[in-house]
Amino acid sequence: MTHRDRSLSVAGLARVEGEGAMHVRVRGGRVADVQLEIYEPPRFFEGFLRGRGHTEVPDITARICGICPVAYQLSACAAIEDACGVTVGGTVADLRRLLYCGEWIQSHALHIYLLHAPDFLGYDGAVEMARDHRWIVERGLAIKKVGNRLMEVIGGRAIHPINVRVGGLHRVPPASELRALIDPLRRALADAVSTVDWVAGFDFPQFEHDHELLALVQPGSYAIESGTPRTDRGLVFAVSDFERHIIEEQVPHSTALHARLAGRGRYLTGPLARYTLSRQWLSPVAREAADRAGLGEQCRNPFRSIVVRAVETVYAIEEALRLIAAYQPPAAPAVPVPARAAVGFGATEAPRGTLFHRYGLAADGTIATARIVPPTSQNQASIEDDLRRFVEGRLELSDHQLTHDCEQAIRNYDPCISCATHFLDLTMLREA
Amino acid sequence: MGTGPTLAVWKFSSCDGCQLSLLDCEDELLAVAGRVRIAYFLEATRATAGGPYDVSLVEGSVTTPHDVERIHQIRDQSKLLVAIGACATAGGIQALRNFADVEQFRSVVYPSPEYLSTLDTSTPVSAHVEVDLELVGCPIDRRQLLETLGAILAGRRPDLPGHSVCFECKARGTPCLLVAGGVPCLGPVTRAGCGALCPAYGRGCFGCFGPAATLNPPALVARLTELGLSPREVTRVFRTFNAAAPAFAAAAAPEEAEV
Repeated sequence: MTHRDRSLSVAGLARVEGEGAMHVRVRGGRVADVQLEIYEPPRFFEGFLRGRGHTEVPDITARICGICPVAYQLSACAAIEDACGVTVGGTVADLRRLLYCGEWIQSHALHIYLLHAPDFLGYDGAVEMARDHRWIVERGLAIKKVGNRLMEVIGGRAIHPINVRVGGLHRVPPASELRALIDPLRRALADAVSTVDWVAGFDFPQFEHDHELLALVQPGSYAIESGTPRTDRGLVFAVSDFERHIIEEQVPHSTALHARLAGRGRYLTGPLARYTLSRQWLSPVAREAADRAGLGEQCRNPFRSIVVRAVETVYAIEEALRLIAAYQPPAAPAVPVPARAAVGFGATEAPRGTLFHRYGLAADGTIATARIVPPTSQNQASIEDDLRRFVEGRLELSDHQLTHDCEQAIRNYDPCISCATHFLDLTMLREA
Repeated sequence: MGTGPTLAVWKFSSCDGCQLSLLDCEDELLAVAGRVRIAYFLEATRATAGGPYDVSLVEGSVTTPHDVERIHQIRDQSKLLVAIGACATAGGIQALRNFADVEQFRSVVYPSPEYLSTLDTSTPVSAHVEVDLELVGCPIDRRQLLETLGAILAGRRPDLPGHSVCFECKARGTPCLLVAGGVPCLGPVTRAGCGALCPAYGRGCFGCFGPAATLNPPALVARLTELGLSPREVTRVFRTFNAAAPAFAAAAAPEEAEV
């Protein structure tokens, strides 16, 4: 067995949401093939949404992902409200954004501290890391807890919140409940700023990608619950044109569909894209932290996505504080959403990237068609491309090291394989 | 590694939310990790140890031929097997396929359905192997999870309710939506454990904890009908996250159950 032709395998890439497999084939010193195999058993959401009532959709789509249920609820609401010609604005829209901030905070803290940081510090997981750095892990858990608390107050619970409905919310919180979150959020803000400084000091491999970057943009604020799709190379289109610009294809090795930009090729969505496209709308403390971390105008090193997530956590906390300070309970928790025969489109920024939904409604509100495009399947082709180039530049490394580095490279994207997968299982085959 | 029993966490078809409940125990996670030896928990650590395991938590439902093999292997290696969440205890939302034509679903979602390997049904863990304990809910309740882990460590049975959500509404002082509010609510037939969350937020319970230990669905169906729900709507309210739980499946389609 030589370095040019050899095979490695690791059963079970850990610390990702869901399970999948990775196959790298090296032949004659060249990377012949890279496949991120997503084999989460399909759950057929788009199939069984057909025939349901239009008001049932957010509770059902939440169950696609336990880590980002609010993203699925609010993309669904956006699409159905669009179909019915209803706009949810004012304070109810602010409360939805606040709920979404909670999801960003808990999801990012989970990824930074429990899933990703152990790679940089050489631990198998956060529990192992806590033996040497207990207070650091406790700091991460404290940030995560505040995000969950925000989701509990507005959503009822952190996993699969129960308070989101088409047209608004079921219940609006009294101001006192939100005010009680101010002190914990302020402490979390200080912890989140420390987190940026901490992760900025990690060792990052020299590696850059050249993917086109796609994110929603909402001039005036960092886009979360709404916005217009835009890329860093000047493509702009309406959410309703999403399917004209994003082509999804099925590939044999994956139960997730692969996406590309029509006539342009692979692209990337998620924190790196959002940061590049919306950096100017970051809050003051978040921008300062980003500058101190040396992120610059854009960040193209996927390993540094942990720094961008930390900056976004600072932003989400500051934004939550701003929304709570301005909060006056609205008169009604929701507006009526009478059904009509129409098609509606919705997109929001899930922690992992742009999440698109489209529903076709019958006149009585029965769902006739449903389409959901999650961020991880959009990123799959770009993750594979990164892996290919990353491995090619490091073939001199030992099998052990290279395998570890590849796992880390996959975790850069915080792939939510549950929105698509099962067991991320890394096999590397080096052959003649 | 700590001392104490070995703990393994396994995933089948699911959203990851129930195993996330363990990581969501922010105040207790490190303490729990000090009392058990985490032998297999891929969402949390890449370090894995082989079986046998003292305690296995199983999330998700069985939906592929490979899942069937795997759940038997896990059972063989586990002293105590705990099924966690609606997917593992009732088949989950994906069990809606049990009432439909999977071929049709496949082609709706995937342009080339021949690449897929799926069973026609989504089934709970108990349909395949013996299960020692079940924690219900979509998602499970974090307090119930901690109670269960604490009980296992102490060598006693966990204190898990069998009564309905109605008891929790009374305890919480929430006025009855079904009687006083005229709002459709599955509280009378749904197992307690969530703290009667939905009624407290002004909406009817939608049954995410599945059937209570004793229940009378026909009486509830009569009230739902009185409130204006059509038979089709009644079927829908019972067919969500615990659609394949026998009591809910029967309530959703009484004419089929009688056959």
